[in-house]
Amino acid sequence: MIFHDIIVVGGGLAGLRAAIAAKMNGVDVAVISKLHPVRSHSGAAQGGINAALANNPEGKDDTPERHAYDTIKGSDFLADQEAAFIMTSTAPEIIREMEHWGCPFSRFEDGSVAQRPFGGAGFPRTCYGADRTGHYLLQTLFEQCVKHQVKIMEEWFVLGLSIDDNRTCRGVVCLDLHNGNLEMVGANAVIFATGGSGRMYGTKTSNALTSTGLGIAMPFWAGVPIKDIEFVQFHPTTLFKNNVLMTEGCRGEGGYLINKDGERYMGRYVSEKVMELGPRDIVSRSTQTEIEEGRGVEGKYVYLDLRHLGAQKIMERLPGIREICIDFIGIDPIEEPIPIVPGMHYTMGGIDCDQDGKTEVPGFYAAGECACVSVHGANRLGGNSLLETVVFGRRSGEDASKYVKDKEKKAQESALKKSLEEVKGQLNTIGGGNGKENPYEIRDELGDVMVKHFGIFRTGEEMKEGLEKLNGLIERFKKIRPIDNCKAWNFDKLWIMELAGNLCLTECIALGALNRTESRGAHFRRDFSKRDDANWLKHTLYRHTPEGPQIGYKEVQLGRFEPEERKY
Amino acid sequence: MAYLKIFRYDPSGGVEPHFKRYELPPEKGMTILEALFWILENKDPSLAFRCSCREAVCGSCAVHINGEYRLACKTQVDPLGEEITIRPLTHLPIFKDLVVDMKPFFDQYEKIKPYLMPKEEPPESKEYFQSVKDRKKIDSLVDCILCGACYGSCPVAMGDPDYLGPHALLKALRFVQDTRDGAKTERLAIVATEHGVFRCHTIFNCQKVCPKDLDPTGAIAKLKMKSIGFKLKSMFGFARSAG
Repeated sequence: MIFHDIIVVGGGLAGLRAAIAAKMNGVDVAVISKLHPVRSHSGAAQGGINAALANNPEGKDDTPERHAYDTIKGSDFLADQEAAFIMTSTAPEIIREMEHWGCPFSRFEDGSVAQRPFGGAGFPRTCYGADRTGHYLLQTLFEQCVKHQVKIMEEWFVLGLSIDDNRTCRGVVCLDLHNGNLEMVGANAVIFATGGSGRMYGTKTSNALTSTGLGIAMPFWAGVPIKDIEFVQFHPTTLFKNNVLMTEGCRGEGGYLINKDGERYMGRYVSEKVMELGPRDIVSRSTQTEIEEGRGVEGKYVYLDLRHLGAQKIMERLPGIREICIDFIGIDPIEEPIPIVPGMHYTMGGIDCDQDGKTEVPGFYAAGECACVSVHGANRLGGNSLLETVVFGRRSGEDASKYVKDKEKKAQESALKKSLEEVKGQLNTIGGGNGKENPYEIRDELGDVMVKHFGIFRTGEEMKEGLEKLNGLIERFKKIRPIDNCKAWNFDKLWIMELAGNLCLTECIALGALNRTESRGAHFRRDFSKRDDANWLKHTLYRHTPEGPQIGYKEVQLGRFEPEERKY
Repeated sequence: MAYLKIFRYDPSGGVEPHFKRYELPPEKGMTILEALFWILENKDPSLAFRCSCREAVCGSCAVHINGEYRLACKTQVDPLGEEITIRPLTHLPIFKDLVVDMKPFFDQYEKIKPYLMPKEEPPESKEYFQSVKDRKKIDSLVDCILCGACYGSCPVAMGDPDYLGPHALLKALRFVQDTRDGAKTERLAIVATEHGVFRCHTIFNCQKVCPKDLDPTGAIAKLKMKSIGFKLKSMFGFARSAG
């Protein structure tokens, strides 16, 4: 049986950074990923990564404390403050580390790493490499994996997390896509870094086709609680046609948001000083309001206007945006404004873990978007997600290295065999029946339900209706046609299991969002439009039970800044 | 009405190589990737193809479409006519249908030591400074998404499985031109071989097909120049020390 001291699941930024940390500690580590690491969606991140380097002359007074304050205010005070401080105070050092490893950041005239303004930030602190920052960071970490000879098991699809009767993590069960075999992989520690879950919202997301809820659902099914999953970020600017991301860097560089009357509408919602650079929850709600109140173009979208920036600036700082616009909608942003709508972008919630990625199950860790530390609270600031991946990826790799140090280097077969049987049983239940339902129709309808009932604006009534529809889809999913029986490269099996993960996670979102009778950050209820600290300054904690997700709570760690009204 | 004629092959399931024809629904603005999904979801769930980002940055979905190596996600169905033929990338073993074994491709990439080997210890609490002008020297060289379109299109890669390939050579130049890197000689020694830059016949296919509009042909030409300089220098150095 395959055994490694540490198994990292996911080959994006958080996963690779965790694996490098373990490898540098001399630990036997392997990365298991359904994709080759360079295909991970971290590589699609565009605008940048935050750190109070104070390289920008206008940010010379910036400090990690200010960065933490902006992060916590942006989170609508739901972030755990100590965790946010850890992230922001590690930021300058970890950016330099990435630079020392070769990351090709853009530069200021003095040769230092360039920084641009981003939404909700008091200073221009977003370090960038043109508008391909995620690509550069991911390539750099993959290069370091080559250098350090990190073992990578690519195109292995993890389907089960193994936790033994003593509630200790023992490894994973995976489908080797190359041959269709189910394999047990033993480990003393497992780090999940499976990324985002945008495809719960069907096509109305900036996320990759492979960004689904399965990476969070799997540990949930195995008994690990998840946290704050009702907080779903909508990015204000995704392409009207296919929701491909148009980076916040567009506005950071000075781009305007304009409605059909040519008006820069953000002045109606935030101060003149802030305008387009409000935090994402507010800018998304403002944009949606413009469209709903009839000021959208053709009633459907608004414009992101970059024309006044000029050809040179667009080609230098936003070449990727220009390329996407030309390739996918036939528009050159140098000459025409870009039609945009808000689109699902990020899950603030995820696997409940602490500042070292530790969950309540010894040996099981989480890092990156699938994790909820929590540093983003109810609304994440742009530029903080890339930062989270490398900071907490490294921390979880470090902590797991210590954890496995004195453990016996041997797979615990009985626990793994039990998990293997469970995965076989699940595959049989899901795809072994003789139903007639097309799973892909269910997937599409699920996306529609989530957008309509659990979107930017929510109400109790709409959400109740949505939950009913969701339960209907869950019932229909039990009657899907059999999964295709081809052995090798069975993508039908892969996509259907991703859908199973999405259905699980959306049920949690629905229950949690209905339960939370207030508005905070990205969770905005028209029937409870105010933040309610007296009752709701707390994390939602979800646990799996045979009867469905059970909701509990966890205290928010304050201590540095008192919650205050959020004004921009 | 458009048809996709797709290469099908499953060595594990005893399916011999053949082309299968699928009729597409009349839908405007469909990409080849969306068409492949439509087939998987509605006609044939055994169809195997890779994808992820659907926005031309992850490099998963490079295939051969009507005679050209392209990304399925950014290729529109409409302009391609009535019958569209799709094959996997060439010069790489086929796992199944459109999924090829990328291992040889990444093995070549690893040969050029694709990571920064710094000139000097990093400065404490500071980044390596790099002027705007120096950063420009690696512009576009850092944008490769490793999709394999260039490698598939390269006839030299077909004839010489040890050829480093346009992707690895472009990456080599990315480090050779990075002012922070200190291993120029070491890398030039790796690429200045019969399976390296001197194998390239300057056919321009890689430049023509690159979905990111990069110029591996130009990069290889630059490396050739630098390699000649490096070779002369080492010969000269050798001659002097021998004399």
